[in-house]
Amino acid sequence: MNITVIIINSIAIIGLIIAFIVSKEKAIKSLKIASKSFFKMLPMIFIIILAIGLLLGFVPPDQISRFVGEQSGIGGVVLIGIVGALMHIPALISFPLAASLLEGGASITAVAAFITTLTMIGTITLPLEIKELGKKMALLRNGLSFVIAIIIALIMGAIL
Amino acid sequence: MKDNLKEKQKKGMIRDLIILGVILIITVILLSVFPDRKGAVISTSWDFFIEMMLILPAVMVILGLFTVWVTKDIVVKYLGITSGIKGIIIAIILGALPTGPLYIAFPMSSALLEKGAKISNIIVFLSAWACIKIPQEMMELQFLGGQFMLLRLILTIIFVIIMGISIEKIIEWDDKKPSISIGV
Repeated sequence: MNITVIIINSIAIIGLIIAFIVSKEKAIKSLKIASKSFFKMLPMIFIIILAIGLLLGFVPPDQISRFVGEQSGIGGVVLIGIVGALMHIPALISFPLAASLLEGGASITAVAAFITTLTMIGTITLPLEIKELGKKMALLRNGLSFVIAIIIALIMGAIL
Repeated sequence: MKDNLKEKQKKGMIRDLIILGVILIITVILLSVFPDRKGAVISTSWDFFIEMMLILPAVMVILGLFTVWVTKDIVVKYLGITSGIKGIIIAIILGALPTGPLYIAFPMSSALLEKGAKISNIIVFLSAWACIKIPQEMMELQFLGGQFMLLRLILTIIFVIIMGISIEKIIEWDDKKPSISIGV
């Protein structure tokens, strides 16, 4: 139990209490949405947890760091950025995965690139984005997002 | 449209369950071939599972509360009427509120653009929606620490604003010269 867990659970509980005071109906609706989202994510949670276990249990840290560690250079960062852009996992549970990569020897830069491209770029939602906003805007947004994700990652690696 | 969405979600669920099945089989096979790794794999997975279960339900509750209280209409209303620095700040805040998955933000953005919202604000709004969501920041704080989360948040905000303004300029510039459209 760390402080983040306590704070976030407190916010949730206090929020719920206020919600029930303001409108019982809406509060119950919120809870329904919460549980639905949670259960929808559950298979993915187990997938990620098993993947983390296998990753840290079987892949030696020097292998992880060879590809996405300090010495892998810009190539490793771009590579993991592409992986992040193509992967389709809920952003919320990509953070434990990122933490396990970090634990397994990946660099701050690589992990930051992974998280940033994963959340910012949506290859699965790209057709919809093109349909709604047009090719020009959708491709510019996703393309430039990749570039800024790499820049953000490099700055983070330099500072942290 | 709604049926279509449900169908897609169902398909996604089935896909997830298949992947889960495959990874379970792989895990069982690997652990029976290398029984010495059993302890490490199980304890790592278990630790991450516990850490996720301590925080995910609360994050989901917060997400549910926002989804119900901050409706699409509120977001559209505030995003549509503001411009300048204020517009950008509002775009970030409204994007960061946990009000749903990214795919519902596209039709909203398209409607806002038709109503005359600035391209830069919409890009910032979409990017904030995608990667500055409050529940995401909470998970990031928990798993990657405060320093990592804060620095990435600040850098993301700065670069997303730069990107929004650049895309607006590029599109305006490109619209002025339709004859040499590069077709991006």
